[in-house]
Amino acid sequence: MATSLNIIVCGSLVPDPLQTLEPVQTPQGPGLKNEQMLPSVLDPWAACALYEAAALAKKRPGSTVTLVALGPKAKLQQLMMSVAQKAPFSLVAVNGSASGFTDAKLAAAELAKAIKAIPGYDPAKTLLFGGCASASRDAGVTIQFVAEHLGITEHFMAVDKLDLADDDSFTVLERVEGGKYLSSTCKGFPAAVSWATGSLPEPPNNPQVGMMNMRTMMPALMKAAMADVGTGGISYAKVEVPASKRDTVVKKDMSADDIAKEIVEWIKG
Amino acid sequence: MLVKAYNCGTLSGTYAKDAAALANAVKASGADVVLLPGTSAVRRSAAGAAMRAGAEIDTNIVDASLEGDAVTVQKWAYRQRILTSFTRAAKPWVIVTDPSLFGEICAKLGASAEAVPPCGDVETRTVQNGLEAASGGGESTIKPDAELLFVAGAGWTKKQADGAVHLDEAAAAITGFISKSGASLGSSKSLVDMPEAAEKFTFMSHMNQVGQTGATPRHKKGLSTCCHGEEPHVVGWRFISERRAVNLDANCGWAQGKADVLYVGDAFEVMKKVNALLGA
Repeated sequence: MATSLNIIVCGSLVPDPLQTLEPVQTPQGPGLKNEQMLPSVLDPWAACALYEAAALAKKRPGSTVTLVALGPKAKLQQLMMSVAQKAPFSLVAVNGSASGFTDAKLAAAELAKAIKAIPGYDPAKTLLFGGCASASRDAGVTIQFVAEHLGITEHFMAVDKLDLADDDSFTVLERVEGGKYLSSTCKGFPAAVSWATGSLPEPPNNPQVGMMNMRTMMPALMKAAMADVGTGGISYAKVEVPASKRDTVVKKDMSADDIAKEIVEWIKG
Repeated sequence: MLVKAYNCGTLSGTYAKDAAALANAVKASGADVVLLPGTSAVRRSAAGAAMRAGAEIDTNIVDASLEGDAVTVQKWAYRQRILTSFTRAAKPWVIVTDPSLFGEICAKLGASAEAVPPCGDVETRTVQNGLEAASGGGESTIKPDAELLFVAGAGWTKKQADGAVHLDEAAAAITGFISKSGASLGSSKSLVDMPEAAEKFTFMSHMNQVGQTGATPRHKKGLSTCCHGEEPHVVGWRFISERRAVNLDANCGWAQGKADVLYVGDAFEVMKKVNALLGA
């Protein structure tokens, strides 16, 4: 009989991609203006990891999905109101900064500590999931750090597909250079998988799933441990938004022939 | 300040082996700073290697300078929306550069790249099966070395003036242009997410996606067609020097303030004519 899985997804909140971000200096280091007020979303690549985890758990009866999220407790609670409706999972919340200016190593240590404290945590049945990079720090190192803390020695980066066989081996497709995939097969667990977009669409909201999830999430948020995650050994010299506005020339009255000629000249020029 | 650089071309692509090899290299180098290019193999294993070697690590570095005994690096945060400059006092410090900037950053820090020393046998449960094309349409449409990036948006799948969608025609226009111009193909998320596109546009996949959850490629020129959107798309354009767009909407948020030239026109018609001119 195939093993039931414990799929642990690391992922947190990031500012909504449509928000304009303005860096400011705070006593803890660089931050974002009105950071507490900015609307947040679940980190896009971590969200892909969560949806893939939920789909995988469905195929293996008895499997569990746990989202381990490091972020300000109040903002996580707000975020869960929408994310909890997407798929059945439980939450382990760690109350700390989700800023993109913090040190990934410190964040990873807190995440690993929280994972080890999950009741019934069994490394032999664990798949560690996360995004291949966050939309905040954008470093792509946290999952490897967490894996190393947990003694996981198999890691796959920028994965778009994972096929799990009955014998617990699984085959992954990892994005590599030149628009290609590297296909690899791993025999058994534990393993860490950093997801790219995966191959599943965003699940529709299911309020019933949301209500069921929130029953366990609210207590999880209440007992979220405090984490002191800062900039660590990083000394920031400058944090800025570079000017990016261009003076766009709008060409309205050209024929398709003339546009085509101009484009070809520009390409060849 | 001892700076070492490794070109990493000999890495296997398997985490267990590469993390061990890189950790050994970092430890054995005795260097204060170790430079690595951000290839897929390095991105997979460098963080684990740095942890095992007791080193600090920063990735996606786009610039570096050496002043006295201090290295300062530049890195984007929040998906290319905020640029940071910083340094670290801890040593060793592993700096993973954007792959296209590795040579330039090595030169700035006075390091010449060498191969990662071979590492003994490492136990792993992973076996590689080989490389596969990401898109089902034969030749890859992602060409990192191309001078031009051609970005296709969801408009290619919308109803046209005759009230019908023309997916076959759109696919012919896009693939015709890619093949004749040698451009690399990028896509908006809304296009690659569409089931219609998955069925008809077999030459593209999520790997072609540019923007927040896609790539931020570095090409000299970029031409976008039928694309809409603001911030998520800006990320895809960030490192494109010369940008032009073809769109029916003169006020398109994608183009205003982001492109150098916006042609207000029907991309179906324009690209058909562009292909004819390129083919002549």
